[in-house]
Amino acid sequence: MSVRDGLLALLHRGPRHGYQLKSEFEAATGKVWPLNVGQVYTTLDRLERDGLVVMAERDGGQKEFSLTADGREALGRWWDAQAADAPPPRDELLLKVLVAIEVDPARAVDVITSQRTALFERLQGFRRATRTNGDLAASLVAEALIARAEADLRWLDSCEDRLRAEGAT
Amino acid sequence: MTDPILRFTDIVKTFRQGPEEVRAIADLSLDVAPGELVAIMGPSGCGKSTLLHLAGALEEPTAGHVLVDGVDLGGMSHKERSQLRRRRVGYVFQRLNLLPSLTALENVMLPLELDGTSTGEARRMASEALDRVELPKPHDRHPDELSGGQQQRVAIARAIAGSRDIVLADEPTGALDIASGDRIVDLLAQLCAERGTTILLVTHEPRFASWADRVVFLRDGRIVDESRAPVTIG
Repeated sequence: MSVRDGLLALLHRGPRHGYQLKSEFEAATGKVWPLNVGQVYTTLDRLERDGLVVMAERDGGQKEFSLTADGREALGRWWDAQAADAPPPRDELLLKVLVAIEVDPARAVDVITSQRTALFERLQGFRRATRTNGDLAASLVAEALIARAEADLRWLDSCEDRLRAEGAT
Repeated sequence: MTDPILRFTDIVKTFRQGPEEVRAIADLSLDVAPGELVAIMGPSGCGKSTLLHLAGALEEPTAGHVLVDGVDLGGMSHKERSQLRRRRVGYVFQRLNLLPSLTALENVMLPLELDGTSTGEARRMASEALDRVELPKPHDRHPDELSGGQQQRVAIARAIAGSRDIVLADEPTGALDIASGDRIVDLLAQLCAERGTTILLVTHEPRFASWADRVVFLRDGRIVDESRAPVTIG
């Protein structure tokens, strides 16, 4: 998701001014993505230039933005687009472990063990966040991080099992 | 630093399996502080359950020492060990082991009465324990009238009723769905934080272990690593 996509989605609820969009964007994304208001206005200017939003000046000079028909169409395309990173997943953990296995299989188990411990410490931190934060978006962010950490931990276990089965340790 | 409530020193535990000697625990040392929730993780056969059995004096180490509040279990008489098992240690298993013919309250009362507590006092202790684990009332329902999560709450109440302050939990979430499992481990974490109960939790699920203050990773009977929860402020 880009800031552009997020602003289009928020404008679906009705006309908004820039600062309101900044606050709503941050709340909707569980406070994981802080924006400065200048970034919001720059994006709104581009959306206006592209005909996806229109600006109206209210009493007191406040600028208010609304979706156009093209804007609604662009938003519809974004909802429908597949939300996945294109393969291969070049994440740091995957590559570190793969390279360790390739270069020094005996060392790779140590790398897996230390990565597992580090991941667990993060998982324990996410868990505390789900308990202390009553905000729905923030707790869903923590749940997503927990689920991803669980998946990475399972993958590390599989790597270690495979390495041991092949007698690399 | 607080003195450990549980101390494992240079533990070795071997079993005979036919002609072979199997080493379940190999040179393991671990201190557990009072009120700490320690999760024990590792592949099948790594010694997780054996460690729980040693902590609860259900088994004796082949070498090394297990100390509860500084007292070596190896130096205790048979009677002292069984007293420790009844009065200090509670067990929670994957299989609930609740007696189907008894109500929730009676299931929690039973071990207290078997230990000589009067019926009235056992009833009071059991009721208090069931309130602490937030089992909805009435408490005179039978196990088959309770959900899996509620039955596990009864098992936990039974494990903490009276003066028992050490809980050994072996895959207590194994029969539950994720949401019920989360609530059960959250409850165990609350018992540690609010009541000072010390818990050893064996699990193979990272999401449940993540409630723990400390996660100990075992492999081939040894501790290969530990992870501690970050300190939270406020």
